[in-house]
Amino acid sequence: MSTIDLRTTDGRREALRTMLLIREFEDRVRDRFADNEIPGFVHLSQGQEAVAVGTCGVLDRDDYVTSTHRAHGHSIAKGLDPEILLAELYGKETGYCRGRGGSMHVAELDNGMLGAQPIVGASVPLATGAGITAQVRDEDWVAVGFCGDGSVAAGQVHEAINLAATWQLPVVFVIENNQYSEGMVFDEQHNIEDLADMAAAYGLPGEIVDGQDVTAVYETMEEAYERATNGNGPTIVEAKTYRYRGHFEGDEEPYREQEEVERWQRDHDPIQNFREDLADRGELTDEEFDSLEAEVVERMDAAIERARDDDFPAADEAYDDVFDEPVPEIELFREQLRADGGVPGGDD
Amino acid sequence: MAIQELEDAETETLSMREAIRTGLREELLADDSVFIMGQDEEDGGSFEVTAGLHDEFGDNRVRNTPISEAAQVGSGVGAAATGLRPVVNLSFSDFIGVCFDQIMNQAGKTRYMFGGASDVPLTLRAIEGAGVNAAAQHSGTVHTLVAHLPGIKAVAPGTPAAAKGLMKSAIRSDDPVMFFENKTIYDRRGPVPTDEEFAVPLGEASVEQEGEDVTVVATQRLLGESLRAARDLDDVSVEVIDPRSLYPLDTDTLADSIRKTGRLVVADESPMSYGLHAEIVTRVVENAFWSIDAPVQRVGVPDTPIPFSPALEDEVIPDSADVRRAIQRTI
Repeated sequence: MSTIDLRTTDGRREALRTMLLIREFEDRVRDRFADNEIPGFVHLSQGQEAVAVGTCGVLDRDDYVTSTHRAHGHSIAKGLDPEILLAELYGKETGYCRGRGGSMHVAELDNGMLGAQPIVGASVPLATGAGITAQVRDEDWVAVGFCGDGSVAAGQVHEAINLAATWQLPVVFVIENNQYSEGMVFDEQHNIEDLADMAAAYGLPGEIVDGQDVTAVYETMEEAYERATNGNGPTIVEAKTYRYRGHFEGDEEPYREQEEVERWQRDHDPIQNFREDLADRGELTDEEFDSLEAEVVERMDAAIERARDDDFPAADEAYDDVFDEPVPEIELFREQLRADGGVPGGDD
Repeated sequence: MAIQELEDAETETLSMREAIRTGLREELLADDSVFIMGQDEEDGGSFEVTAGLHDEFGDNRVRNTPISEAAQVGSGVGAAATGLRPVVNLSFSDFIGVCFDQIMNQAGKTRYMFGGASDVPLTLRAIEGAGVNAAAQHSGTVHTLVAHLPGIKAVAPGTPAAAKGLMKSAIRSDDPVMFFENKTIYDRRGPVPTDEEFAVPLGEASVEQEGEDVTVVATQRLLGESLRAARDLDDVSVEVIDPRSLYPLDTDTLADSIRKTGRLVVADESPMSYGLHAEIVTRVVENAFWSIDAPVQRVGVPDTPIPFSPALEDEVIPDSADVRRAIQRTI
């Protein structure tokens, strides 16, 4: 069982710590990206922390998740180290994918992170596939396919849910409905109000949960997990949530008013919600909250320093791992690079 | 080298269909992580290739899927990354349009973009080929599209021995391999080694007939057509090579042959532009340019979709007469 067990005092503290860590990670990536330190595209998940933490809190290390272009929160909640994740975002050799994946393609199979998939919808068939292995090989893991509200309009999502439902695979489909698909509002994408309603078309249970309430997400996920492990097949969970940042960093967000963002931050913030909940339980003082915040700030300070200092991969690593068994078509270029002296230690 | 493979081995005579099935069956027996899925696979699938396997191995090894190629390939990648060796039958190769994302972006890129963290031991089967009046969407030859994609290996055997041997290598590979079968040669028979350890390595061509004057590199159905053309030309010594593996491609065997013959014909049923023909010619030009004595010749489909009417289909699909004329143009 994950250390984020919301049924225990320590587990609830860990859930809060993890949500704060995700928030700090995303805020720092926002700033480092704005300063041109982080290359490429990044998609941030501030506001959606409770979905990641409530879902992954139920999972064991051996359970799998697949994720989307907005994968940092899922990755950290699944147990990946923010330091190694950040190094990947910096394109460094020390990153989870040795600098070949970046923000949009993080995977770490030892922790059950089966991969972020920025082709919208592609995360879902992969989760179904992990469910097939579990069923065929009699493994006891559950696969969670995270996807967004936008992905529900994609054909492969339908195919993958239908297959998982027909075969009664141990899979949970978690739709993070943050109300925007790229720059398009929900009504432009769907003709129904609640995406969980589509579960009926597959003969599956469909659950709607407040994605700003980590306890509610956890409890809904517990039920779905139990169904999956008991051989009762998939569940579709729709978590209603909200993203504070644009679709991508640099998005000017012409599709919504800033006042709407501020209202969600003020009235529906998952971290503030949970903080108040823990305070009401008598489990958290203001000093303890401040101390947790200081801890994650300090951790991210160190992570940034480390990521800055880490080495970039050597150029010839561009030719690694296209295949398990290398092919002459690619090795030719590695040899050429060596011959040109482009690799330290190569023939000058 | 198929000739040597067969000379040294105890063989049985099998059809292409039986050879593929035997390869599948031996791997199902050898490794319980091998898992077949596809449409109608429990009943033998398209063209009865998997007939009998569901009866022998049951639901947990051979399973029908919904008509969902995107889910078949996408979930195949997920299953491959988590411990299975799925063999997914996509049926007619023309259908890859509906699962091209899963082939191109998931199967092909997963190992690389995840820094080598994930094996993808996935085999995709697809059925190509014109000549049975199946019209434009059930007759195509699309292997060039797939051989072009980073991270995918592609094979297209022309003999039963290559079919069995490559199927075994495809399943055993930790890389995604797309296995192309030509539907018009399923009944073609030939010697196949009986040794269960026999496998054809990915990336090795086979000299099917040795010759001195012209090299014909021919795939699938056109391998047989090229051997026939060679027999019909008494006064020309023709070397016929089946590349077997399209990617990786055995450049050395091709270049060595051209160094000997100086003349090249490429016969492949793909549309001719931007395809396997061009790649083979390029490899030869890059590696054996100074040995080329005549303009190279291509035999393929002249860039049309495959028409329905027999009168039209016969016009666009190449046969031994086309190969023969191409050989004569090089002399």
